[in-house]
Amino acid sequence: MQGMSVIVKKVSQLVSGIIFMYGIYIITHGHLTPGGGFAGGAVLAGAFILLVLAFGNELIKLKKKEEGSSITESLAVLTFILLATTALLIGTHVFFKNWLPKGVVGDLISAGIIPLYNIVVGIEVGAALFTIFLALAIYREEI
Amino acid sequence: MEITLSIILIFMILGAIYSLHARDLLSALISCGIVGYGLVICFLLLKAPDVAIVQIVVETITLIIMVSVVLVSTRHELEETRSTSIKIRSNYRLLLNIAVVFLVMIALFYTFRLAIIHLHPFGDHVLRMSEAYLDGAAERTGSANLVTGVVFDFRGYDTFGEATILFTAVIGVLTILRIKAKK
Repeated sequence: MQGMSVIVKKVSQLVSGIIFMYGIYIITHGHLTPGGGFAGGAVLAGAFILLVLAFGNELIKLKKKEEGSSITESLAVLTFILLATTALLIGTHVFFKNWLPKGVVGDLISAGIIPLYNIVVGIEVGAALFTIFLALAIYREEI
Repeated sequence: MEITLSIILIFMILGAIYSLHARDLLSALISCGIVGYGLVICFLLLKAPDVAIVQIVVETITLIIMVSVVLVSTRHELEETRSTSIKIRSNYRLLLNIAVVFLVMIALFYTFRLAIIHLHPFGDHVLRMSEAYLDGAAERTGSANLVTGVVFDFRGYDTFGEATILFTAVIGVLTILRIKAKK
């Protein structure tokens, strides 16, 4: 995959960090403001895709990145299932029960287990979209 | 409100129709984007910012993936294939086709009118379940954003299914592309 011109590289360097921070903000404030795991994860994937498109990469590096993001995605799904199972084991013996203390409505650390679900789903969605993008890029290089 | 929505919907339909008749794949893709971004404005007008954020981000990412990675064919190739596939039809067949289309459209519109007479007005909730969700959901889930509370607490199984579906989609893409690349 070929990189782009110097202007595109510099601008994407400056912007991608801000996009990444915005994605993290959407994920962590998912239980307070509009947004949540799915939207924030897609924004995170967008930041990574921007960098890969602007700078380009060799086939071997792309394959390595794809392996890493695939593993991240699988681990995130596994963590989601384990978090849902913790309620079955520790808390109230009901699957998917929100067993952590609720806290004050409107605080950043509140709503029990919902922020943890948000973070895990955000990582999963971001890694999944990035994996699909990398798989298509590798396929185009190999053909 | 409903007039604005109708105007946006007409624009979306026009974009979808244009994308069918576009000269090359790039302009077809961009006019398909009209549908997605029009839907974003519809969601914002209907006061659903959660869905609007997801829609705008996913639309942009799919557009980027399509334009940068999937698209390889040029305008020249497409025009060659198109010029060979066109055949001249007889006039009688064409008239018959148009008449049948109009008859089916009238029948469908009539039955649609019959069907929507008995529905509740737009935006009115029908299920008892939605009232139960709205009653004191902030205290029960502890989340200030009601949508996240419903998605991850009351409807946890649905979110679980969505995450699994995305995982399965990634596995499917990887499998198909690897098989094709090895050939």
